[in-house]
Amino acid sequence: MTPFLTLLSKELLRFWKVAFQTVAAPVLTALLYLVIFAQALEAHVQVYPGIGYTVFLIPGLVMMSVLQNAFANSSSSLIQSKVTGNIVFVLLPPISYVEFFSAYVIASIVRGLSVGIGVLAVTWWFVDLPVKQPLWALSFAILGAGLLGTLGLIAGIWADKFDQLAAFQNFIIMPLTFLSGVFYSMQTLPSFWQTLSHFNPFFYMIDGFRYGFFGVSDVPVLHSLSVVAGALIVLCLFTLRLLSTGYKLRY
Amino acid sequence: MPPALRIEHVSKRFGGLQALDDVSLEIAEGEIFGLLGPNGAGKTTLISIIAGLARADTGSVSILGADVVRDYRVARRRLGVVPQELVFDPFFTVREALRFQSGYFGLGENAAWIDEIMHHLDLTSKADVNMRALSGGMKRRVLVAQALVHKPPVIVLDEPTAGVDVALRQGLWAFVQRLNRDGHTIVLTTHYLEEAEMLCARIAMLKSGRVVALDSTKNLLARFSGLTLRLGVAGGEPPDFGTIQCVSQPGGRLELQLDSHAQIEPVLARLREAGVQLREFEVSPPDLEQVFLRLTGHQA
Repeated sequence: MTPFLTLLSKELLRFWKVAFQTVAAPVLTALLYLVIFAQALEAHVQVYPGIGYTVFLIPGLVMMSVLQNAFANSSSSLIQSKVTGNIVFVLLPPISYVEFFSAYVIASIVRGLSVGIGVLAVTWWFVDLPVKQPLWALSFAILGAGLLGTLGLIAGIWADKFDQLAAFQNFIIMPLTFLSGVFYSMQTLPSFWQTLSHFNPFFYMIDGFRYGFFGVSDVPVLHSLSVVAGALIVLCLFTLRLLSTGYKLRY
Repeated sequence: MPPALRIEHVSKRFGGLQALDDVSLEIAEGEIFGLLGPNGAGKTTLISIIAGLARADTGSVSILGADVVRDYRVARRRLGVVPQELVFDPFFTVREALRFQSGYFGLGENAAWIDEIMHHLDLTSKADVNMRALSGGMKRRVLVAQALVHKPPVIVLDEPTAGVDVALRQGLWAFVQRLNRDGHTIVLTTHYLEEAEMLCARIAMLKSGRVVALDSTKNLLARFSGLTLRLGVAGGEPPDFGTIQCVSQPGGRLELQLDSHAQIEPVLARLREAGVQLREFEVSPPDLEQVFLRLTGHQA
């Protein structure tokens, strides 16, 4: 067993042991959003021609769940280890910072995708959802989860206390998620907000993911892909730099 | 043959605090070496630098010749650390924690050795119990087991007996001595000076980040500590003993600090001259506590 595979399996087992809280609970939350918003808006809103609001909403909710849980996985694992002190168990062995980074981010992607698949599976019961470009959807899900897993790693490294992590989550991750077009199409916004939304990388993740289902999107899918992949590369490099210098982990 | 541990001119500053100031030490293979000092002396910082948890501002540390920064993979494989804090991962059982720790060191099939360590540390019956459900003493044993899972030639124990009951403490020391007999080099910090005296052949004392003494335990005791002479007397005022420090206690008890056995007879002669009767007589050999207090500038 290599150090990388061990750390990865430890991270996977960590969330799987409490799957009720880490997978089942977010699936339920997404379902509640779906029931409430679909009930309230189905009759009033049609974003794309021929696509009902509930059907439009599901990919957004799935992706939101993927992103939030990918972030939650790496950030909460790291902050818990730091606060309880058991981070020494992974700092003492000969684990390179690249292995450390990869294990945490891949585990986050797996957690994000598990929740996303859970939400999809449950909603499929109620709604007939088209999947026109599954590979696009999968690509955006993996890249988005990787991006949020990396952000979670940054937040977990940076935060010394749980409330600092909560602030990161509530003041950065939540607004970016909710203002990314999960519940609406960018086309329906006034032009100022449309322009602003184009600076939100989360918008491209949701839009690209949705393209995988409907074959239509607010911006060209390749454009979204390059924004998401570019943001991921920048964040990965930044995080690897943090880890290589031992920022807040090795004093 | 490189030493088990070579620490050369290591300094470390945290903001305004000079945690370590030009510390140099060499520990030979097969030693049990004691690192002593009051709280805040820099013991844990030094251990953190050896373990790669902290980085020295200047200087270098190598473990059996492997530099802990440049050659960290080799260095860390050669080192087992039992941290001072009682840390554990609440998600896992004892066996899972040990299996993961083993895997972090790149070891594949290691179940036989894990079973053996659990057996020696009386953890076998707790193997499948979640870490959260263990008592403090049991958690401490798991920490020791985690440090040994990759069979490191050098083992560092940072205050391993802090808050541990007497039975476990003795069991731990017996285990440490056994590891040493099996060829492991041991470095330990402890507040229990009598244990350092009993276990360690050599000792370094740290104070405010500096090494204030580095010698064999025997030499330190001989060099720094005198004898304590305790007397029970009656029938008169105790005389003046000149330069010898004497503390009178209620009930006719005297405690004198002597530099050598040669001073005992003159003390007894003074008592006879003063017409004081001797009822009790006790000479205590030097102990590390006195050395420690003298060197670190604390009074008992």
